[in-house]
Amino acid sequence: MSGIFNLSRRKFCQAGMLAGGGLILGFYLPGLDRAAAAAPPIEGTFAPNAFLKIGTDDLVTVIVNHSEMGQGVYTALPMLVAEELDADWSKVRFEAAPVDPVYNHALWGMQATGGSTSTWTEYERLRQAGATARAMLIAAAAAAWKVAPSSLRAEQGQVVHTASGRRLTYGQLAEKAAGLAPPKNVKLKDPKNFKLIGKPAKRLDTPEKVNGQGVYGLDVKVSGLLTALIARPPVFGGKVKSFDAEKAKAVPGVRQVVQIDRGIAVVAEGFWAAKRGREALGIVWDEGPQAGLDSRKQREQFAELAAQPGAVAKQKGDADAALAGAAKKIEAIYELPYLAHAPMEPLNCVADVRGGSCEIWVGTQFQTGDRDTAVEITGLKPGQVKLHTMLLGGGFGRRAVPDSHFVREAVQVSKAVKAPVKVVWTREDDIRGGYYRPVVYHAIAAGLDGAGHPVTWRHRIVCQSFTVDTPFEGAMMEHGVDASAVEGARGLPYEIPNLLVDWKRAPGAVPCLWWRSVGHSHNAFVVESFFDEVARAAGKDPYEFRRALLKNHPRHKRALELAAQKAGWGKPLPPGMGRGLAVHESFKSFVAQVAEVSVSKEGKIRVHRVVCAIDCGPVVNPDTIAAQMESGIVFGLSAALYGEITFANGRVQQRNFHDYPVLRINEMPVVEVHIVSSKDAMGGVGETGVPPIAPAVANAIFAATGRRIRRLPIRGEDLKKV
Amino acid sequence: MIKLKVNRKEYTVDINPETPLLWVLRENLGLTGTKFGCGMALCGACTVHLDGEAVRSCVTPVARAEGKEITTIEGLSLDSGHPLQQAWIAEDVPQCGYCMSGQIMSAAVLLRENPRPADADIDAAMAGNICRCGAYQRIRRAIHLAARIQGQGGGR
Ligand code: FES
Ligand code: FES
Repeated sequence: MSGIFNLSRRKFCQAGMLAGGGLILGFYLPGLDRAAAAAPPIEGTFAPNAFLKIGTDDLVTVIVNHSEMGQGVYTALPMLVAEELDADWSKVRFEAAPVDPVYNHALWGMQATGGSTSTWTEYERLRQAGATARAMLIAAAAAAWKVAPSSLRAEQGQVVHTASGRRLTYGQLAEKAAGLAPPKNVKLKDPKNFKLIGKPAKRLDTPEKVNGQGVYGLDVKVSGLLTALIARPPVFGGKVKSFDAEKAKAVPGVRQVVQIDRGIAVVAEGFWAAKRGREALGIVWDEGPQAGLDSRKQREQFAELAAQPGAVAKQKGDADAALAGAAKKIEAIYELPYLAHAPMEPLNCVADVRGGSCEIWVGTQFQTGDRDTAVEITGLKPGQVKLHTMLLGGGFGRRAVPDSHFVREAVQVSKAVKAPVKVVWTREDDIRGGYYRPVVYHAIAAGLDGAGHPVTWRHRIVCQSFTVDTPFEGAMMEHGVDASAVEGARGLPYEIPNLLVDWKRAPGAVPCLWWRSVGHSHNAFVVESFFDEVARAAGKDPYEFRRALLKNHPRHKRALELAAQKAGWGKPLPPGMGRGLAVHESFKSFVAQVAEVSVSKEGKIRVHRVVCAIDCGPVVNPDTIAAQMESGIVFGLSAALYGEITFANGRVQQRNFHDYPVLRINEMPVVEVHIVSSKDAMGGVGETGVPPIAPAVANAIFAATGRRIRRLPIRGEDLKKV
Repeated sequence: MIKLKVNRKEYTVDINPETPLLWVLRENLGLTGTKFGCGMALCGACTVHLDGEAVRSCVTPVARAEGKEITTIEGLSLDSGHPLQQAWIAEDVPQCGYCMSGQIMSAAVLLRENPRPADADIDAAMAGNICRCGAYQRIRRAIHLAARIQGQGGGR
């Protein structure tokens, strides 16, 4: 990165960016260096560009360009800056970045949070920013004391003159440093000298999350704010035929009823009035082409599609011929349902479109797209749209929507009523609102030779694509294959000479989206469950069988071995219990899990313990890694045990946490997380705990009962002893 | 007109008496620490205390709270000094944090009734509070720690 420049010398500082003066450091992405040299701001954008602020009060504020949705970026990313800055951690604060190209995701050309990428993509450039600021503070002290910079050192938020012991705090140096040009090449620390990185750090956002002070999108207060609920079609693709605005307006507190793209908005003084008003709308819907959508029929349709060849995602040797010639054939069908993300905070967005400006407050993972959507609706310039990223009460992908629909609704409603409006989704709106993990149907087969070695693996994945016809199509489609459908299946790590993985595209009946771990969420279940079947068919121990075939995948192997060792693989368990394992690579990390499960006679499953090992390369905050593994395991268990969105007559059959249950504390297994000490490439942690848990549990159920789970969620009827 | 006493302060609000307490707290009184998660008494995000008992404010008509002492997360302690809040910080329990007001308000009643809860007691008392981020293991740990802090008279 070469684009660090000192914003304090530019107009932004005079414009009062930092009350009391101080040092502000910004940076540009390599591709934007020219723009930086030519003195931006870029046409039509508001460009404070501040990335790191050090105030005369000694506070170091890191402006974080990734959204905090629980995964800990408001701590991990400031740690990167603070490490190289030698900051006093107790003086470090965070602030959500505004929308500006300087805050774009390092790889994606847009401001966004997802793909478990936040920490590893920022690892270099945030440390660089910290190191640059540190060099400037040292230079400022050197000038003040008229000594050589090399006679100085930085520690705990101070510059120290080693010979005399004189000290100045960063706050005392901030204004002097603000007048300096940033050095071109700063040296980053040798990791062995890290003081913060790699050690557990307390989250910076915890205090405001235990006293009710943290502000989520739903908590935003704006003077004159109205609340809107939107009636959306009960069948995806439906349209409004008629409605009774007067009946809704007759409800006390309802102010206006407006029709927008996605339905009818009832705008009221508060939530309750808006909800009552919405119930009074008496909408007649044109249900459209999906009125007959039915999960059972869809299952038959997918089975037919699975009989047809798909687009080839990965091919090695001749999988079909090898299967025909195999001494032993194993074949299975695996099925997974639509899943709702159900973040704890239902979707919402506040928009205020008035008098040539648009202000938005929202918990989003897709700032740039949301801002651009507001530009498109209002006709304003990007610089006239101000988007504030609030705390996200969970994201899991649901707040990263290419069509920005939940922002679009709020902007449209506010524009229509010329007042600030908060669009609130009820839990029912959320569960029934689509953008699910797609339904997936897998047809899979493997063959063993006479000695029990696997010689072929053939895996067909049938599901819709949710990236075709979105701006992500270019990035996701490779040779006619949607990468998000086959990830976690095409890169089979096991050494098998013949391999075919293909994808058959199913019709997109329902809006779908990335759901925490995306394609890995279903592919890991199928691959790791079926591999267990193959191991059993070969008469081998599933752990040893994996190890033997992972000889060219040392990171998989290390994670697997650590998990197995910590779990006591092979040690006897009480009767009725079983142990299962799975290992999976996703988002550049390698996670193995061993689950201990019991199944009652009635078919009730209890997961007692999960031992998890992760190799995510160099570690930033080990406590966050542990928390994310715990979190991913709970998320994956909720789906494996309960998660299912189904359709009848075109309508979603679930609506709230009673019929879309999630794991509760009384079902929480003991989770142990072990981190592989690793110098390999850094990977992600936000999603990577999810994929292995469903197969680990299913394999444990097999060990306990001899019953093989081939569809999720796990059903009592698939467990009853025959 | 409905008279409410929330966190030891008196308020008068002009509102439909059927309106759930949750929305009155959040919208009329600006106390947004109490969260909306389901609206059906299924998730516990909206938990507050009515005369010391944990209730789901999303299904409690505001009229039912009249004349009672209402306590929300904002009124649980001065400066986050409740043993649970101290323990939550020590164990870094929150992830997204959205469920945590409700978790802490439910746990506060548990700790008052049962100063030394076992895991099974915690499970029973806290099963009504969903944490979609799955912080359950830390919630358990933090409740045990809070019990110790409380036992040593360490609350503020
Ligand atoms: S919002 Fe009241 S219990 Fe869920
Ligand atoms: S911390 Fe996110 S729901 Fe509990």
